[in-house]
Amino acid sequence: MEKTWFVERPYPNEKDISSCGLIGLINTDGRRVPGELIRDAMANMHDRGNGLGGGFGAYGIYPTWQDHYCMHVMYEDQSKVVPLEAFLYDKLRVDHVEEIPVAASRKIRKYPYFRRYFIAPPAADESEADTFMVETVMEINQADNGAFVISSGRNMGVFKGVGYPEDIYDFFRLDEYEGYIWTAHNRFPTNTPGWWGGAHPFSLLDWSIVHNGEISSYGINRRYLEMFGYVCALQTDTEVVAYLLDLLVRRHGLTFEQASAVLAPPLWKDIDAMPAPKKEEFKKMRMIYASASLNGPFAFLLAYSGGLIGLNDRVKLRPLVVARKDKTWYMSSEESAIRVVEPELEEMFAPPAGKPFIVELDKAPAAV
Amino acid sequence: MATIAAHVLESTEPYIIDVGRTYYRELNNQIRELAAEGVKRFVLKNVMGQRYLCAGLSHEISVEVHGTPGEDMAVFMDGPKITVYGNAQNAIGNTMNEGKIVVHGLGGDVIGYGMRGGRIYVRDNVGYRVGIHMKGYFDKQPVIVVGGKAGDFLGEYMAGGCLVVLGATVNDDRPIVGDYCAAGMHGGRLYVRGQVRAERLGKEVKVFNLEEQDVQFLTPILQDFAHTFNRDLDIFDFGQYCKILPVSSRPYGNLYAY
Repeated sequence: MEKTWFVERPYPNEKDISSCGLIGLINTDGRRVPGELIRDAMANMHDRGNGLGGGFGAYGIYPTWQDHYCMHVMYEDQSKVVPLEAFLYDKLRVDHVEEIPVAASRKIRKYPYFRRYFIAPPAADESEADTFMVETVMEINQADNGAFVISSGRNMGVFKGVGYPEDIYDFFRLDEYEGYIWTAHNRFPTNTPGWWGGAHPFSLLDWSIVHNGEISSYGINRRYLEMFGYVCALQTDTEVVAYLLDLLVRRHGLTFEQASAVLAPPLWKDIDAMPAPKKEEFKKMRMIYASASLNGPFAFLLAYSGGLIGLNDRVKLRPLVVARKDKTWYMSSEESAIRVVEPELEEMFAPPAGKPFIVELDKAPAAV
Repeated sequence: MATIAAHVLESTEPYIIDVGRTYYRELNNQIRELAAEGVKRFVLKNVMGQRYLCAGLSHEISVEVHGTPGEDMAVFMDGPKITVYGNAQNAIGNTMNEGKIVVHGLGGDVIGYGMRGGRIYVRDNVGYRVGIHMKGYFDKQPVIVVGGKAGDFLGEYMAGGCLVVLGATVNDDRPIVGDYCAAGMHGGRLYVRGQVRAERLGKEVKVFNLEEQDVQFLTPILQDFAHTFNRDLDIFDFGQYCKILPVSSRPYGNLYAY
């Protein structure tokens, strides 16, 4: 029987080359808005994808359960639910569970089954709770159980699948959600089959990432991550970036600037030209994190509950522009996509390659 | 297609298209058909990222673009004049052969890739890889003038034509040109209104002061540029400029020969 998420695995664990479209917005005042803006902007970049992947990341969508981890789980079919739930309920306290409502249409006819679980923090200590959640996600994703965890953060969720993003938006009925950060992705996979798990964003805890480009260093990054307990199970290069962020920022305590310098390391000649203390810092990072640095062209949007970050590879091989209107910042592959939903922008520019463009909330998101 | 009213063909009034979300293929076909029927002037309103505007067109037409045109505007273009009131996205003037592009705003990355003729004027900053693989052949000498500053890889593998970066219309702390400027350049001329640090340059080029013939060559181009943007730009201080030229000729001429 053909599987719902089209995972035929003819090229197991191969990397993926893609040339995609991405867009994101953040309201720095934390105001929650429907995703319609992002859908319309993304629809304007329809031709950047080929219908083999579309997805959305949204933050602030579950205010009622904001202290709970929300696990979005993609099941091959409904028969896989009972065994996984037995495992989950044994391990964690699930306070609420529901189907993720979907609306099938002519455009999305064949699809996996989705449920979401609101999980009470498994430990009082935040870091301990996070670690336990990561271990659980890794355990589920690498097991042969017909289930994958698509997102696992608090007050956020990832909705993705095979189709154009505007159709995926309608499929997941995203007009029923409101968020203060939205990211979206239009996929053009060329090297692995487009499947539901391979669409973007890729997410772990509250990290989520959409990516235009190709990570040639996927193999070495994946092996490096395995040493820290991260298992790449989704057959797509971008997956490593979500886990690298978790490792570098949450576990190793790097700043976003430092983490960006690991992912997009400055060239040695530029490091040599730096003043002494900075030079030492960057030299150390290049040596310590050699296997965590990314090779290949990329434009990323990295989102977390407190902000949105745009980052290009150091020689700018993919497009990325940034714009602002009032308290709303946009980051996109194309300016025209932003203008469609916000014609009157106050700022509009392309950030320099290899340097993160960081927009954080004015104040920390309410109670987490 | 409806027959075009005689007064549109004869008068100087432009043919106005409210573009909105029209698909790029439809829009480009419409322009192509109208141009073939004799329309000389177009005004495109509300442009929303439509790609390949005026691709391959060889008619002597002028096109005003209001809004944000999409990727690869004027690719293979061979004659028209396009004026953009707004910012341009990436890869405008790709392999363009003749004509003119004027951008009243920012330019994106990869402007004038492999450009063979015609002119591109961008009022403000431009992105990475501007004028790469530009070429020139006898009277076909493309020119790109940037009013603001340029990103990395400016004029990479440049083989002919002329690139000018003025740094005059914006006031930010970026250097006037980025890293790897003129890397692999082996033909053409690159003028920068300011100094370029040696470590930013490719290994195949050297920096020179302007000579009288450079001033004579540049003056009408700069006058046209200032006139185009209707600005009183202080850009005729030729003592401030430097000229970047390749110092080798056909460096790989023997690569495939004994």
